[in-house]
Parts: sequence; C-alpha cells; structure tokens
Amino acid sequence: MLSDDQRRTLRRIAEMMIPASTDYGVPSAADDAIFTDILRSFGRDEPHVMTVLRELGGFADLDPAGRQARVAQLREQHSEALKGLSSVILQCYYRDDRVMRSLGMEPRPPFPKGHEVEQGDWSLLDPVRKRPKFYREAP
Amino acid sequence: MPTQPVDVLIIGAGASGAAIAWSLAETKMHILCLEQGDWMRPSEYPSSGRDWEARQLNDFHYSPNRRARDTDYPINDANSPIKIANFNGVGGGTVLYAGHFPRFHPSDFRVHTMDGVADDWPIDYATLAPYYDENDRMMGVSGLSGDPAYPPHEPMMAPLPLGKSGATLARGLNKLGWHWWPSDSAIASEDYEGRARCINLAHCTSGCAQGAKASTDVTYWPAAIRAGVELRTRCRVREITRHDDGMASGVIYYDADGKEQFQPAHVVILACNAIGTARILLNSNGLANSSGLVGKNLMFHPYARIAGWFDEELDGYRGPGNCIWSQEFYETDASRGFVRGYTFEFSRGQNPVMAAVHSMQIGRLPWGEDHHRAYRRLFCHRTGMVAICEDLPEEHNRVTLDPQLKDCHGIPAPKIDYTLSENSRRMLDHAVARASEILRAAGAHDVWYEAPLTDGGWHLMGTARMGIDPQRSVVNEWGRSHDVKNLFIVDGSIFVTSAGVNPTRTIQALALYVADNIKSRLATLFD
Repeated sequence: MLSDDQRRTLRRIAEMMIPASTDYGVPSAADDAIFTDILRSFGRDEPHVMTVLRELGGFADLDPAGRQARVAQLREQHSEALKGLSSVILQCYYRDDRVMRSLGMEPRPPFPKGHEVEQGDWSLLDPVRKRPKFYREAP
Repeated sequence: MPTQPVDVLIIGAGASGAAIAWSLAETKMHILCLEQGDWMRPSEYPSSGRDWEARQLNDFHYSPNRRARDTDYPINDANSPIKIANFNGVGGGTVLYAGHFPRFHPSDFRVHTMDGVADDWPIDYATLAPYYDENDRMMGVSGLSGDPAYPPHEPMMAPLPLGKSGATLARGLNKLGWHWWPSDSAIASEDYEGRARCINLAHCTSGCAQGAKASTDVTYWPAAIRAGVELRTRCRVREITRHDDGMASGVIYYDADGKEQFQPAHVVILACNAIGTARILLNSNGLANSSGLVGKNLMFHPYARIAGWFDEELDGYRGPGNCIWSQEFYETDASRGFVRGYTFEFSRGQNPVMAAVHSMQIGRLPWGEDHHRAYRRLFCHRTGMVAICEDLPEEHNRVTLDPQLKDCHGIPAPKIDYTLSENSRRMLDHAVARASEILRAAGAHDVWYEAPLTDGGWHLMGTARMGIDPQRSVVNEWGRSHDVKNLFIVDGSIFVTSAGVNPTRTIQALALYVADNIKSRLATLFD
C-alpha cells in the first residue's frame, strides 16, 4: 500500500518518463487507466519500485528542474532500482489499447489469432545452395 | 506398508527424462519419473493474456532466482559473469527454449584429435545420427535439407518463414559471401502429430500456447504415459541412496505435500541437466564421484547479442524468433586467434514492451518529449542475432553446494563458480565484429551489442562428463556411472565438450542412445 506521497511521486515519474503526445494521439503513462494498471503490476520489481519511492520522498512537490536533478541522482546511485521501476511503467504503458492502436497493433494478446509473416524471398538462398560442403569430416 | 520398488526411476521430466522414459517404456518395466515442477497448462501461457510480456518478466522469467516459483530452487550464481537460466516443470527447459534445434557436427566429437584442445568424446556423430533421426520424428523438426555446413539430414517440415527480417539479414550475408541457412527448428511449420502449426505468436520463450513448439510435455510425455510410464509432479529429490554394496537403492524426495518419502528402485537415471544433476550427486555423500569430477567442467555457451536498427519496417512482434543461422565461423581457423567456433542464430524482432524496456536500458529510448518519436524509430525496426560460442571445459568452472543457501525443503542450493576463458573472449570479440559487418551490410544505421550476455546461461553442460577412463570421467561411453552400476545420467552434464550450437537436440539423442544401450544389455546391465 503506497502513501499519498508515494503515489504522487510515482505518477510524476510516469509522466516524466512518457508524457502525452497530441502528435501521436497517445496518453501519458500517468493517465488514470494506465496508472491504475501500474499500481497493481509491480510483480517481482516491487522491491525496486519501493527503493525508488523511498529515495524520492517529496519528489512531486519539486519544480521540474529539481525533479530532473533527483532522477539523475537516482540513475547514478540506484540504477537497478530505476530500471525495475521503468520496466513496470513500460509494461503497463505499451499494453494499453490506445497505445497499441497508435502503433498499428490490434489491442489483443498474440494467442489465439496469431500474426501473419510473409515467406520472404527464398531465391536469396541460391548462392548458398551452390556452395560446396564445408563442415569437417572427423576421423 | 513399505513402498514397492520400481524398476527404473528417472529424476527430471525435461528434455532428456522424457526421451528416455518414452524409449524405455517398450520394455514394460515399471518406470517412474519424479519431477519437482508442475504440468504446464498451455491455455494459461502468457501469450493468451494482455499481460503476456509482463509475465515473461515475472512468473515465466528464465532465471529461477527471479521467477522464484515454489517449484524452483535458488542458485547462487554471483560468482559467474553468466547467470543461470532454466525451468522446472514437465518439459523442463523445453517449455521456455526457443526451439532452435541444430545438431552437433562431426568435428564436435573430436576436438582433441582435430584441434588439440580438451578431450574427444567416446562416441561420434555416426553413432548418434540414428538417434538424432528418431528424436527428430518425436519432436518434429522444420528446416531445409542441403545445408553445406552439415552432413545430410532431412527435416520433416518446411522451414519457418524467412519474413522481412530474415530476408534483410540474408541480403547482408550474401553481400559478404557468408553462409546462412534456414534454422532447423523444433517448431511445427505444418500440423504435425496432433500439434497445430505455428501461427507466429512471437512468444516462444514463455511457453507456446499453440502447441507448435516441441516442448516434451506435448511430444514425448503423452506417448510415454500412454505406454505406461508413471509421472509424479511436485516431487523434489534430495539424494540418491545406496545399498551396502554401493549400488543405488533409490531416492529420498519430498512429495507434493512436503513430506519426506523414500522410493526404492533397481535403476536410477538422472536427467536434471548440469546444475540439477551435479547438485543431487553432490548431496548424495560423494556418489559416483571417485574421479572427483562431479560438478567440475561446467560449460555454458558464452553468448554475444548483436542488434541493428533499420529504416524499413521488419517483422517486429510477428513470427517465431527462429529464422536463419550462419555457421561461416563454426569450424576452427587458427588465423582468427581462437580455437573452435560459433553459430550465429538470427532472430526477428521484439514485442512492444520488450522493445521499450530494452531500448531504455541501453540508452536508445529517452524519457520525456522525444520518447514517442524515438520509440517509433526503434519498434519493428530492429533485428539481429546471437553468437553461440563453444565453451571449452575447465575444471575450475564448477557447481558446488552452497554452504548457506537452501531451497524451501532445506536442500543445499547449487553455487556456481565460472570465469570466461581467454579463448572465449577472443571468440566473442570476433563474433561481435563479424555480426556488426553483417548488420551494416544489410543496411543497419545503428548497431548495439552485449558480450558476454549476462543473462545467457541457458545451456548447461559438462558436470558429469562421459568417457572411457574412470579417472577422467563420471559415466562411461553409454551413460552408466563408472562407480555405481545401476546409476545412469542422460542430460547435458555428460557432454565432454559443448560444441557451438544449442544442445537440446544432442541431449535428447544421447538419452535415446543410452536407452538403447540399456535395452540391449538388460541381461548384463550391472556387470
């Protein structure tokens, strides 16, 4: 259970990492639906998330320059924890329906529909077919 | 009432345990397999849900230390630059492997004679060839005959599609005049023996929900169980016990309720791969270790991962990872500055989350305003390869029992001590340089690499090597312990050398070969 300060910090970090974009028509990672997903998706990275939130007390109340400085410091001192937190945010952001659609993907899991992959140009193999065997026979 | 002895007790239901169980079933002996993990449910594999990539980073992670299911055991790999990857369940590592399925080459069995390093195997390619064929039929292999890098063999299904990524890489290889060929894959490109064909889920390495990938829970095990083999899950073996005469008497294990049990057996077969098998032997009061080599000579394949980004869109999140391989640099060429060689295993692309996570970790994907533009230049624009480098055996690379760390049953955890050899470093450098040339020739505008790949300890070999000399090996040339004549080992731990290819096809061929030796020697098995 996160404190109010920790929730505000986490939301600020998510927004800093992935802001909304009108150009691409996508929300920020602090969007309500995505943020709710983040809160329930710490998984094996929970210790990393908690390390970051512990280190960044009062973060949400800093000005933008102050927040940038704290993140830079965190990157130096707790890089693994920041990687873990980043991974959680990215996991939730890039499975959001709106984000997947903006990437040209259907918002669905791979199974059971699967995907199409073109066969490709097998004539590319012709020069290799002409090559003599080059493995070594063993005594 | 005391538990009745079984004729054959197999420890581990993975690649090799499944194969030998199926092969021995025709003897009609009472065969029991104890597996510490669960049966998998393909309908619950990650690719069936919207959190498919998140689960790959959690309960389907390849590191047992991160995955940390209650069916896993911890591994202390802090003293190794390469971290252990495995899976515990029916199917073992084949549940998570990519299904990249090369054979060894003839020279791989004769490295001392041909290249003056390590030791020759006590068997050769010709000995294993019929078992490769038999295993191919059971697993189902897609590919294309005629590869000039290999002795002739016939995959039974068409190759997996080349796709945009494969074609791009092939053009680069052709510009350089270097070998490539569609990879042999344990993935059904057509409906095969009740398994549906691959539908390009692009998520082979967290279990195949389609069942197209040949994990042994969907290949060997159904056939073995129909033939009468008994498989008990959630049974973790602690140690192998002995009679007064030194012969194995059975195993002590913890059942699904955590209760200690003793299961007597006339024959015990270890099939837990190079970490698990060494762990059980070392925890069995020096069993089968008169050579002192149990746990030693641990081999990985040091991996390099090399990726490039292209202007054009590639396969991205579509298709199995498997695509093509190159063995241009497989056989020894002294002018390269190292002995032996490596395989390039090419892969297609990444799913959306992994593209973001990995790109951010390597500094290609920024925070802030430029995030979206940068991501769209990366996602579906990346392809590349791994180099699978042959690792030579060195006794100081080893598995021991950790003096502190234990699993949930109190069994000592394995501890890994491993250093990368100078030969491997040179090979990795060579592979990175050649891979970069391939990617640039194919049109990549940006190239990245990691070598050695820290998380690349997928292939575990060598800790109970086979050989004719009991002082220099743990098992003989047909897998029987030199010391304990009713104890057999059939997994990657009996490899003498590692070759430079994925090992599963050879592990399974060896298991079938050992099974045939057992069947043909039943009357004199313990002589």
